[in-house]
Amino acid sequence: MHLHHDTEPHGHHGAASGGGHPPVRPDGTRRALRVGLGGPVGSGKTATVAALCGALRDELSLAVVTNDIYTREDAEFLLREGVLAPERISAVETGACPHTAIRDDISANLEAVEDLEDANGPLDLVLVESGGDNLTATFSRGLVDAQIFVIDVAGGDDVPRKGGPGITTADLLVVNKTDLAPYVGADLARMAADARLRRGGLPVVLQSLRAPDGVREVAAWVGARRAAWVAHP
Amino acid sequence: MAATTSAYDPGPPPGPVPAAPRAALLVLADGRFPAGGHAHSGGVEEAVAARRVVDGATLEAFCRGRLHTAGLVAAALAAAAALGTDPVALDRAADARTPSPALRATARRLGRQLLRTARATWPHPELDALASAFPRGAHQPVVLGAVVRAAGLDGADAAHCAAYESVSGPASAAVRLLGLDPCDATRVLAAVAPAVDRTGAEAVRAALRVPESGTGALPAASAPLLEIGAEAHAGWPVRLFAS
Repeated sequence: MHLHHDTEPHGHHGAASGGGHPPVRPDGTRRALRVGLGGPVGSGKTATVAALCGALRDELSLAVVTNDIYTREDAEFLLREGVLAPERISAVETGACPHTAIRDDISANLEAVEDLEDANGPLDLVLVESGGDNLTATFSRGLVDAQIFVIDVAGGDDVPRKGGPGITTADLLVVNKTDLAPYVGADLARMAADARLRRGGLPVVLQSLRAPDGVREVAAWVGARRAAWVAHP
Repeated sequence: MAATTSAYDPGPPPGPVPAAPRAALLVLADGRFPAGGHAHSGGVEEAVAARRVVDGATLEAFCRGRLHTAGLVAAALAAAAALGTDPVALDRAADARTPSPALRATARRLGRQLLRTARATWPHPELDALASAFPRGAHQPVVLGAVVRAAGLDGADAAHCAAYESVSGPASAAVRLLGLDPCDATRVLAAVAPAVDRTGAEAVRAALRVPESGTGALPAASAPLLEIGAEAHAGWPVRLFAS
């Protein structure tokens, strides 16, 4: 089903329930924090996931679920990059509707998360990458605890101004490929200002993964969310 | 909303015995029921690539073929499960009627997803027991029958739901794959609806024989091209649907 429901702004500590997993494991520890990465095609979601894995894998036990639209390309990219062991990467097929699999019917993604934890033991962090979609795609709070929306400067510097649920409600907005700004005539200051205006205080990170340690700020944000998640009563 | 006077009189409150449940079946059979079906084409993606399904007429032929084979088998399994047949025996019967390993894997995956959603929707000890017995998933029609029980519905509801799903999935996939006019796809479903009803009734008759004759009484109508196509499709490097 191809559905376009309106999306409500999300709170900061959405606890997955219902068909999902309770936030606390039977042994009393909190289950893995699940962070969704969404955004338009080609904005750099997979590259950001790969960089995050590289930055966080030494301190956290992590796994990745990809939602490819019609191939296993994203999963295979991560495998090729060698950022994680193959058993820590799972690809979900989405039947031509990537946003359905992350929002309207999350059952396949929940199962992928469950299988990753079965195969790898208790995890600290699961990154769920959506298939490249449009500006309205957001994750269900039944699937992820926090979400990052990734856009890039080459997609047009008016994208933050145009807004949409991903831009306005994601817990973190990433404006990627800032190194390309001079070549595509993108005004970074304007993008940042528009994004802040749209997001009412929610954080925005401008990044270039070409720069050394370019994912540093996003990795720090994820680390802070993870710390808050563990500390949450 | 401000109160207004109205001539509407709802009559006395409903009595303690409601009419036969019906709305729960609508919830379950709704294409938006979040149990993973949206990612599966029921074989129509392979049939579209092979040019066997190209328009509304060929989609209808495909749906009738699927209904009278895989649909009938699924409907009978679901009805038998809804009538209380041992799900382990039914799951074995489903395996025996599904030669393609790819289709068996798909049926189990969809069964697991359906069970996850159903346990949150209609919590029931029988569903918990089914999940414990099949942590990797039982065949979807077997789960469907158990869910129908949990929802307070009966064997005929299970059979009709399974039979309908056997054609509704391919029809909505064809809309995406062919750019088919959605009205044409819906017209196909309306055209095959009487056959869905007959298939459901036939499935219930078979399921009612199971307590006496065992699962051998269930139909074993095979669709070789669907089985072969599913195996081919599972090997494609690029595809829109999981099956």
